[in-house]
Amino acid sequence: MLLEVKDLNISYGDKLTVSGVDLELNTGEIMSIVGESGSGKTTVIRAIMGCLPGRGHVSGGSIIFEGRDMLKNTPKEWRQLCGREMSMIFQDSGNMINPIRRIGEQFVNYIRTHAPEKTKAKAVEMAKDMLNKVRLPNPESIMQSYPFELSGGMRQRVGIAMAMVFRPKLLLADEPTSALDVTTQAQIIRQIVDIRNEFGVAVILVTHNLGVASYVSNKLVVMKNGRVVESGKREVISDPQDAYTKELLAAVPVVGEVKYYDR
Amino acid sequence: MTNKQLLSRIAQILVVLLGISFITFALVMLSPGDPVRQMIAGNEDIIVSQQEIDALRHELGLDKPFIFQYLDWLGRAVQGDFGFSYMVKKPVVEQLMESLPATVILALASTVFMLLVSIPAGIYSAVKHGSVFDYVVRGLTFIGVSVPNFWMGLMLLWIFGLKLRLLPIVGGRVSLETLILPALTLGIVMASKFTRQVRTAVLEELNQDYVVGARARGMSENHILWKEVLPNAMLPLITLLGLSFGNLLGGAAVVEIVFSWPGLGYLAVQSIIYRDFQLVQGIVLWIALMYMVINLIIDASYNHLDPRLRKAGR
Repeated sequence: MLLEVKDLNISYGDKLTVSGVDLELNTGEIMSIVGESGSGKTTVIRAIMGCLPGRGHVSGGSIIFEGRDMLKNTPKEWRQLCGREMSMIFQDSGNMINPIRRIGEQFVNYIRTHAPEKTKAKAVEMAKDMLNKVRLPNPESIMQSYPFELSGGMRQRVGIAMAMVFRPKLLLADEPTSALDVTTQAQIIRQIVDIRNEFGVAVILVTHNLGVASYVSNKLVVMKNGRVVESGKREVISDPQDAYTKELLAAVPVVGEVKYYDR
Repeated sequence: MTNKQLLSRIAQILVVLLGISFITFALVMLSPGDPVRQMIAGNEDIIVSQQEIDALRHELGLDKPFIFQYLDWLGRAVQGDFGFSYMVKKPVVEQLMESLPATVILALASTVFMLLVSIPAGIYSAVKHGSVFDYVVRGLTFIGVSVPNFWMGLMLLWIFGLKLRLLPIVGGRVSLETLILPALTLGIVMASKFTRQVRTAVLEELNQDYVVGARARGMSENHILWKEVLPNAMLPLITLLGLSFGNLLGGAAVVEIVFSWPGLGYLAVQSIIYRDFQLVQGIVLWIALMYMVINLIIDASYNHLDPRLRKAGR
């Protein structure tokens, strides 16, 4: 078992926002967490990554990653893990890097933070290699660009390239396609699947797109109001048990008698 | 900023200066008081007849219609002759150059003081926001921005000049010991304002998504603060800094009067009291010019520092 989350409670200040979440994930698996806005999906993966915002904190349960109790990590240990053993991509990865510094500079900074023994030239090479792997044309010019000069899809690929450069064991994707148009969404999802196939990374995909979730996932978790209402394999979609899951499925648009997620 | 943009900005500055010169000229004309009588009033022992006054008025061109007076002035101004100040019996340009060093020294000293206080205090306050230090800083700066310049000046004079007798009360000259109090007065008030602005700018940057991103990549907090957040936070602050400095170069009238600091602000007040039209006009134009030139420099540097603007300008 790569990641085991048991009975996780998360609070902001004194207010309990997520409770009783159980997750199990093996190497190479893709798990989707679906649910409406405010259901706590993002909060759960942020907790796994140790970067809950503001007064957010884990108030109960456990997170075991590679046999290691993550809740006992010191800030320094978190920094060593984040971006190396596990990494994250965001809704708009372009926003998650400094808008006024070149992508290459930030990429190299990042590589050398975790691998100070690497020379600058070596780090540049690693970065370009990774940009190539996510099928970005002309890595050279991407390295020289600022985030705002790239399209949403390209920025997302840069985000994936940065997230995967250290071959992490776990990739957390926080609504990675929500800000993209449909064609680009499909490309990015395929890219994530390819990455999984090539590197054998486990992925937790937070999304409110049930079509995407059912297309890529080995496991599905449905959340509502900070609780898991249903979880399992694809049968969650083919044979939903919980009323909320049925509601979510009913909300998926129908095109020519075929539900989007059936394709 | 391209050369073309630069040229158009300079053209704009000239147009604005023209407008300002016209308005100040008109305002001085409209204000009550007669400069000729004022000139003569300085020499009370001389009795002058109405004929003599009229002759003087004619000689100075003050009997012509307003628009001709303005054009006369403008014609000479473009040749670098800004007229003659009868208050100090010197050409206006010469007097401006004499008062300028005192103003520049005061502006630099108070700005340096301001930066030394407000940058560390603002950053620390933002990083430790909600802490005791933050509350103390916010309380003190709130008092600082609420207190008027002249009151702060008088209090400092009273404490350091009268009670402690550490520094001279009588100014009128440029020296280190006379510089301290006016620089401190301006510096404290400006630092209060700027500390709050630094704090806000840093706090805003700390809440940006890229900070979350950097933490998720495992970057150290030191790296995030010094290499990412601060350079970004400095961008909006450069504008504010430029505006305050531009303001100071025009002379800080109130503080210069309180401490009899012989700079442009002091000169401006004197020239208005004496209705020395030409000198008032010269000072106003100088203040406007400084403000706009500093603004231009700021904009140009901004363009250089922020790639988003640089690339958009292409």
